[in-house]
Amino acid sequence: MVAIVDYGVGNLFSLKSSFAAIGYDAVVTGDEKILSSADRIILPGVGAFGDAAEKLRNTGLDAVVKKQAASGKPIMGICLGMQLLLEKSYEYGEHEGLGLIKGEIRPISDVIPKDLKIPHIGWNALKLKGEKSPIFKYINDGDFVYFVHSFYGANCEECVIATAEYGAQLTAAVAKDNVFGCQFHPEKSGRAGLSILRAFCEAEV
Amino acid sequence: MITKRIIPCLDVKNGRVVKGVNFAGLSDVSSPVELAKFYSDNGADELVFYDITASAEGRALFTDILCEVARTIFIPLTVGGGINTVDDFDRVLKCGADKVSVNSGAIRDPDLIYKAAKLYGDQCVVISADVKRVDGVFRVFAKGGRENTGMEAVEWIRRCVGNGAGEVVLNSIDTDGVKGGFDLEMLDAVCNAVNVPVIASGGAGGIDHFVTLFKTLPKVDAGLAASIFHFGEVAISDLKKTLYENGIPVRI
Repeated sequence: MVAIVDYGVGNLFSLKSSFAAIGYDAVVTGDEKILSSADRIILPGVGAFGDAAEKLRNTGLDAVVKKQAASGKPIMGICLGMQLLLEKSYEYGEHEGLGLIKGEIRPISDVIPKDLKIPHIGWNALKLKGEKSPIFKYINDGDFVYFVHSFYGANCEECVIATAEYGAQLTAAVAKDNVFGCQFHPEKSGRAGLSILRAFCEAEV
Repeated sequence: MITKRIIPCLDVKNGRVVKGVNFAGLSDVSSPVELAKFYSDNGADELVFYDITASAEGRALFTDILCEVARTIFIPLTVGGGINTVDDFDRVLKCGADKVSVNSGAIRDPDLIYKAAKLYGDQCVVISADVKRVDGVFRVFAKGGRENTGMEAVEWIRRCVGNGAGEVVLNSIDTDGVKGGFDLEMLDAVCNAVNVPVIASGGAGGIDHFVTLFKTLPKVDAGLAASIFHFGEVAISDLKKTLYENGIPVRI
């Protein structure tokens, strides 16, 4: 069973449906018992980092996610959920993240040419980095996935497993041991996205 | 590099797709769910569902169907039609819509975009504008293109983006239905005024029109069309292949 962490941020309907589409049970929950008994955990998120980090802390789910990560359970952060895995964010102020992945969140305007539109929105190709991550088992370098974001993972080079070119190589996915993160939305990325979720569900880490 | 998006638009009335379609292999050509799946499986980068229902019953039905569509397809979904309040945003987002497009609702309540963008983020709010030349000036029309608001279109769109609209659908009433190509002049004026994605709508009659659109106006992010896709005049896979051969980045 896959547990999708419910801490009051965003709409988890598509995410839940995408697991059903690949034949996995998924529950949306904020219950520590269920999160502990789940085989895998998804940390979703949309909106602003500070707001989401605060909600995660207020519900006590930050500690639960960290504990589950430490136990070796596979965890995947999606979009803002990926950003929350890093140490901190500079989105409207300075906010502390979960620190499961080394690095920080900075505005993409820091690194892309001025004439490019923000947010980075639409379908972009993944450039896979280093040894192929288990979550990319069923996809290839150059496959397209769907992005919507204005901030990106910086100074996390050692954990980057894929980038996307948008005037600069932006962090598209990160991994460290059993912790994974996708800046893009696999649940909105057609077949390629569902393949990534499937591989995550199958990954032995 | 980000790809140019190809977006079929489906008009839904009382739970059925209006104007049907004629694809082989579809058992129910006016089922929103079957059509959405067909387009999603055949290379559409995004779908727009436009609710043209007038009744409350029809609206509830639309909402149910939207949930079913969102359960079936895994590409971005934009919903428009009958969006007048923040509650309307909430209603369709809960069903799995990713973006919500406002038109007359934003004209009636100039704060709607600001309020929705604050709650759901700029990326979620799309301003859809129906624009027509009147005495050589681009004017915004309301109520499905029937009523001239008197507002100058470029300024209106700039203001909507300033209030938090994260994307613009520009529908040219002048070229809509003519199938003579997109309204390049109007699109150029809007692209030069805003720095958010602009989606061209109105006038697509064939593959060449998309090639011309993206070659002439590299700032345009997406092309939206309805009938040429619905009637099988243009297959999205052929369209994308031609765009690719012309050096235009697309997801294939």
